[in-house]
Amino acid sequence: MSVGALFFVVIVLGLIGWFVGRARAIALRSSRTGRFSALPGHHGWFVALWTTLPPLLFLAIWFFVSPAMVTDAVIATPQAASLPPTGFERSAILSEARNLARGEAFGAFHDLSEVLAPAYAAAQRRFDWIATALAAILAFAGFAFSYLRVRPQFGARTAVERIVMLLLLGASLIAILTTFGIVASLLFESARFFSIVPLIDFLFGTHWSPQVIDPRDPGANLGAVPLFWGTFFIGAVIAMLVAIPFGLMSAIYLTQYAKLSTRRWIKPLLEVLAGVPTVVYGYFAALTVAPAVRDFAVMIGIRWASSESALAAGLVMGVMIIPFVSSIADDSLAAVPSSMRDGSLAMGATPSETIRKVLVPAALPGIVGGVLLAVSRAIGETMIVVMAASGVATLTLNPFASTTTVTKQIVDLLTGEAEFDSAKTLAAFALGLTLFVITLLLNIVALIVVKRYREAYD
Amino acid sequence: MRRRIARRYAAERRFRWLGLGAIVLSAAFLFFLIITMVMQGAAGFLETRVQLPIDFRAAELNVTPEQLRGDRGDLALAGAGLEGVVDAAAGAAFPTAGGAELLSDGAWLRVRNAVKANPALLRQQVVIDVPVNSDVDMAFKRAGTPAAERIVSAMGDRLSSGLNHDFFGGADSSDPTRVGIWGALKGSLLTMLVTLLIAFPVGVLSALYLEEYAPRNRWTDLIEVSINNLAAVPSIIFGLLGLAVFLNTFGLPRSAPIVGGLTLALMTMPVIVIAGRNAIKAVPPSIRDAALGVGASPVQVVFHHVLPLALPGILTGTIIGMARALGETAPLLMIGMRAFIAAPPEGLTDPATVLPVQIFLWSDEVARGFVEKTSAAIIVLLVFLLAMNGLAIYLRNRFETRW
Repeated sequence: MSVGALFFVVIVLGLIGWFVGRARAIALRSSRTGRFSALPGHHGWFVALWTTLPPLLFLAIWFFVSPAMVTDAVIATPQAASLPPTGFERSAILSEARNLARGEAFGAFHDLSEVLAPAYAAAQRRFDWIATALAAILAFAGFAFSYLRVRPQFGARTAVERIVMLLLLGASLIAILTTFGIVASLLFESARFFSIVPLIDFLFGTHWSPQVIDPRDPGANLGAVPLFWGTFFIGAVIAMLVAIPFGLMSAIYLTQYAKLSTRRWIKPLLEVLAGVPTVVYGYFAALTVAPAVRDFAVMIGIRWASSESALAAGLVMGVMIIPFVSSIADDSLAAVPSSMRDGSLAMGATPSETIRKVLVPAALPGIVGGVLLAVSRAIGETMIVVMAASGVATLTLNPFASTTTVTKQIVDLLTGEAEFDSAKTLAAFALGLTLFVITLLLNIVALIVVKRYREAYD
Repeated sequence: MRRRIARRYAAERRFRWLGLGAIVLSAAFLFFLIITMVMQGAAGFLETRVQLPIDFRAAELNVTPEQLRGDRGDLALAGAGLEGVVDAAAGAAFPTAGGAELLSDGAWLRVRNAVKANPALLRQQVVIDVPVNSDVDMAFKRAGTPAAERIVSAMGDRLSSGLNHDFFGGADSSDPTRVGIWGALKGSLLTMLVTLLIAFPVGVLSALYLEEYAPRNRWTDLIEVSINNLAAVPSIIFGLLGLAVFLNTFGLPRSAPIVGGLTLALMTMPVIVIAGRNAIKAVPPSIRDAALGVGASPVQVVFHHVLPLALPGILTGTIIGMARALGETAPLLMIGMRAFIAAPPEGLTDPATVLPVQIFLWSDEVARGFVEKTSAAIIVLLVFLLAMNGLAIYLRNRFETRW
């Protein structure tokens, strides 16, 4: 049986285990007098958990490990001796054979896949049988173990709760595992990249054109400085020029001027702006904003304005970030004690003077922290730049010229038909690592700013 | 003195108008975006049809009514050369408008379905509405190439507009008149199912652990830091993780909803944990004390009392996290869900695409007919997101208790 089918079978077995365990506890209780240390339901849960958890754990691991094991088994068969040694073709043949074996494809480009398909199907069947047998053994072992422990003196509730605590701990460890997985995979692939391309060339080189990589000097065309500049220019300069004034002013208006009833429906409206998927913003930027920006540039006399300008992507990204800045500024302004505001107003300052000279300075650490978080989000944003920015890396200060970003290049590098081990695809992981480190640093700095410079008013 | 006050009041008014202007402009952008999409996308739900007269008596289709029953009818009609019959009928009916070229590639399928629904048609001369090609479709709806415009004015009232059912039932295609969103929508639903089944239990359990049981020590701090950090990691990094770990290390199938769902689950889980912790924190300690006081164990306190009370808050956070996952594109591009998929996925390991990625793919197409289809798909996506967010707001207002 497949992993999915086994999963349901195990769940059903667990259900049966629950009833059997409970029935046995009830039978024991009615036949004997004396103190019973747990309710029948607890015994039921004890049996159910022991019946399901070991096979489920096994199936979860098996789900991830078995595809590679099946492939290894196929490669070990005599039919696979004529497979090309490494590279794109080998994996293409193997995946074709897999699709044929599963009945998802009906023809193949490579003759060899047709030969390998039966071997694939056989290996898959064999491994499915192994999985079924192991899951059954685990389920019945767990069931037998727990069933025999259903006795009057057995503290089933404590035992069940110990298992539940382990489950809770296990669930929260997945977060650490994910972080570890991200760091490990980025570091591992980047290490392979930096064994081909020197770190110095990558970090400080000013020429980026991964389409043509000279194998003798791969670092010459993989200098990422134009990408870093483009990312900074679009995400941290243009987008912030839109997002900071708009976000801050709308937060000021909402907290200080607007009536409560107005605030109640304007705030969700701004949040809708944050909920629009980025692919929609990207489409809008490419279809409407970018041509408008180019026409504007032509109108003011710039003849070589690009239709994939940094300005178009940055503007739309800025709009996307407005609600983010606004809600953080909102919180920071609300945290300023009202006695300061009242004091300033009582001295005769107008509301706008109070806001500019008292409230905003007092809320500044929070606002700055929020802006840093917004920058980290803007430079990690992908779809807007993929759809609206260009793929040509240029070092330029001109907002009407085309620039590219780190995220755009990651997508471009990984969606080509290149084989996985080339410098080109590995470069995407090096860029990913850089992006990860920079956003992490921005988040940490933002937290420190908020914590250290917040003035205590109480 | 008075002049100075007047100046200060003027500055006050200006500042106030600036604030209002910022909000109005932001809202205006939102409306402009939505109106642009609706204006362009509304036509994407429609198709242009032309009345095609077909004389089946003259066509000599060697098909018996028995052959048309069941699944074999499609094959029988295709084998009997129905497509050629339709093309010939179009050539005879519209000699000046390009003949068979006038029709969409999928026009004969419409005739096939009509015949299958009513085999008696094979002995009659009938007029069937079939979709026209993309150029004429564009020209009829708005404005097209000069050649297509001429055809439209020549055809006059033989053209009509109707709801494009294929758009809701089909999958990707290279012909804009034949594309549909059902394939991408089904891929999205399967992906979201996997995401929900993994992210929700894991997220809720970790929130419970961190908020209720975790001892204050270095390990707990590490878990908290990594969850808060994961919530801020750019989504494309999760795509790289999925590519490196799920595809390259474990060899799971490319483009499959299960891999997309796993990747998005890792991305959504921190959102659920953070929302869950806030909801659990909001349950007053007196509830826990009361339950402990009557003899409940710590696990019973949490699962019988705290969790049910916190559930509306957790569900709200989950729906918002799922809405974000539904709109997510970049990580799914990394794990190969951008392939051209012409059939809806049948299971969790079939190659599939999702709605946002489909939008991205269509936006890249050169043919002009795809513009309205892209906008129409965006409208569908926005409707789903709006419904999910509306549900979240409803849940919050309906079930949230203020203690």
